[in-house]
Amino acid sequence: MLVAENITKKFSGVTALDNICMELHAGKVNAIIGENGAGKSTLMKILSGVYSAYDGRIIFKGQPVRFQNTRQAQAAGIAIIHQELNLVPYLSVTENIFLGRELSTAWGILDKKLMRDKTLQLLSKLKLSVDPDTKIATLKVGQQQVVEIAKALLCDAEVIIMDEPTSAISESEVAVLFDIIAQLRSEGKAIVYISHKLDELFTIADRYVVLRDGKTIESGDMKGMTHDSIIQKMVGREIKIARRTNAAAGADAVLSVDNLSLKHAERKNELLLKHISFTLGKGEILGIFGLMGAGRTELFETIFGLHTKRSSGTIQINGKPTDVKCPADAINAGLALVPEDRKKDGLVLGLDVKTNISLTTLQQIQRMGLLDSDKESQLAKKYINSLGIKSSSQQQLAKNLSGGNQQKIVLAKWLATKPAILLLDEPTRGIDIHAKNELYKLILQLAEAGLSIIIASSELPEILALCNRILVITEGNITATFAAADATEDNILKAAIPKTT
Amino acid sequence: MEAIINHKNYRQSLAKFQSLIALFLLCVVISLLSDKFLTATNAWNVMRQISVNICISVGMTLVVLTAGIDLSVGSVLALCGAITAGLLKNGIALPSQNLYIGFTIMGAVLAGLLAGSLLGWFNGWAITRFKVPPFVATLAMLTIARGLTMLWTKGFPITGLNESFAYLGTGWIIGIPLPVWISGFVVFVAVIITNKTRLGRYIYAIGGNENAATLSGINIKKIKVIVYSIAGVLAAVGGILVTSRLDAAQPNAGTGYELDSIAAVVIGGTSLSGGRGTVLGTVLGAIIIGVLNNGLVLLNVSPFWQQVVKGFVILIAVIIDKANSKND
Repeated sequence: MLVAENITKKFSGVTALDNICMELHAGKVNAIIGENGAGKSTLMKILSGVYSAYDGRIIFKGQPVRFQNTRQAQAAGIAIIHQELNLVPYLSVTENIFLGRELSTAWGILDKKLMRDKTLQLLSKLKLSVDPDTKIATLKVGQQQVVEIAKALLCDAEVIIMDEPTSAISESEVAVLFDIIAQLRSEGKAIVYISHKLDELFTIADRYVVLRDGKTIESGDMKGMTHDSIIQKMVGREIKIARRTNAAAGADAVLSVDNLSLKHAERKNELLLKHISFTLGKGEILGIFGLMGAGRTELFETIFGLHTKRSSGTIQINGKPTDVKCPADAINAGLALVPEDRKKDGLVLGLDVKTNISLTTLQQIQRMGLLDSDKESQLAKKYINSLGIKSSSQQQLAKNLSGGNQQKIVLAKWLATKPAILLLDEPTRGIDIHAKNELYKLILQLAEAGLSIIIASSELPEILALCNRILVITEGNITATFAAADATEDNILKAAIPKTT
Repeated sequence: MEAIINHKNYRQSLAKFQSLIALFLLCVVISLLSDKFLTATNAWNVMRQISVNICISVGMTLVVLTAGIDLSVGSVLALCGAITAGLLKNGIALPSQNLYIGFTIMGAVLAGLLAGSLLGWFNGWAITRFKVPPFVATLAMLTIARGLTMLWTKGFPITGLNESFAYLGTGWIIGIPLPVWISGFVVFVAVIITNKTRLGRYIYAIGGNENAATLSGINIKKIKVIVYSIAGVLAAVGGILVTSRLDAAQPNAGTGYELDSIAAVVIGGTSLSGGRGTVLGTVLGAIIIGVLNNGLVLLNVSPFWQQVVKGFVILIAVIIDKANSKND
């Protein structure tokens, strides 16, 4: 259906795509596989008309095409669903879905009823039961993602590009999405599916294209491929996921959380966290597994003093009751939080590497009230070396680094505070497998060195590989606790899926 | 690869100096058209005129770096100037209590500065305590402070001030006008704060990403209140300089100054969305506006056209700045 021939794209002299050749087949799910920085996003931006300046050509339905903008690509039948949501928060579901494609009556007035009806149809097809008049801002991220998909479905695209569509939605929504994808495939559409989650690809994809360093490495049928063989093609070498062997069982509790509850910000009688109690031992890696919206992030934020007014319960650190009223208190108490969304909450993207690393510890690099830039450079250098942050210099802006390196900077700025307890929220979200493995190694080293770590994650293999003990959180409750030896993907997932009552 | 990097560095350094280049070209053009421009008298005159805007704009820069804005600086300037002038001339008299407090110059100036810091603190308090958007909170203060100025002055200029007080705005030290010394000192301190202190670093962090700053344990509210207070104090400094130079506190002093100062900040390359910009850039921006004003007057351009030209300069400066940041 669509053939890309010898696509080359350069950004101010740096080659992002190097002679890429690719075919997309109608009625197939085409997986584009590659590490971050392999060129997937750039290629997709060319297909969807974001970039119009490139070498090579694209043949769509037998005709050479060159889209000047996304509108042209959309009109031709190529839709893209971005990883980052593109919705207007204060417009309704209907208004978002029809944004830029509004239907009017013969009088030139918006036909709200027709749009609402069509929205209802789309939503029921996607099994999303929300009122089309709901404002986007009040939906959960998972639901917003589904609206985003509905939006792409509306324009009857023949090629639908999905960039990490499952990165933010729950398992049940993933199942729904896969149903839809299967349906679209049977309607003869070409689906381009980009995901870091290899397991998904085996479930859904028919064909694959592996990109590495801007080049096409291989393409073919998914059938006959294995997890390892794909990873090998992606990174060009075999790698092993680190596995925790020795368990620091029975160590003294560094952190104990007792009866922690958190009220909803608007609906005061609804609890987001319900009487949560657990302990964390010294040098232990505790996993908290939960689906989207289960309360993982809220738990961390509450411990870190971000919701003082809405929370209740007690926190003891090293046996002493600790009253954490704000993040500064938390830091003083030896806590560190690496947030889920590094771009939104972790980094100041417009500042450089050095400044981001030192942000939490400026008190320590002062001399007579002034910041000592030598000390600051030393601090940054120490962590750039020890964490293996790849950056052209300390003055490199954080926004110009890859996801893995950005995550390491966030880690660095928190390690600089010499914490006793490290809270990691989705530490490897959106970063490539190679960087993931590096981070896993780091996390294990830190635990060896005596740091107590809690990892909240929705990725089972990660939790299973790293943690001594695993808590499962569902709708604000802890529903199960597993020792590493007893934990399997099966029993964790069973505990995590909300029981319908 | 190295060539590319060199090329990029070259571009970046060009971008850094382009306001300077623009200023230079501006000076060349004006001096070609008017023989009065390149004289020491005129140069000091321009410097003296812009020193007030520099003081205000430095405060504005700090506010804008936190992704805020302060529209009240003009009114705060007027009120603080009037308070200083009023206290200096009349003191505080409460006949019913048989009480009279006179003020020395130092006392009156300090009272003016204190008033400025309180007004700025109030801005910061409204913004952080009640989450009023800075635009609205300082717009309210613009009106409040102007009204208070009218009440304090009863609508008439306060004139006939102390001669030594006039020295602040008109005096010279080692061949340099005193207001230039004062604004230079303000700039010096602000450069140190932004580059060399925790406060400065926190200001950039808050403007760059408030969430990340919060999580890093930074007390956002405290920093913002401090920043708005500084802006208030610097507006008061401007007010005292204006009052001293004119030997009178005009009730309508400083009207529209917020626009000139925002213009200086923007021309100086500070992003209105916060987190990016420098104090020295703002100083350059203020100088460009000052030289432009002066040049247009010297060239007998009608005041109406002056406004049009100034508007376009602001627009062009921002367009160029946008184009530069894209190349990052």
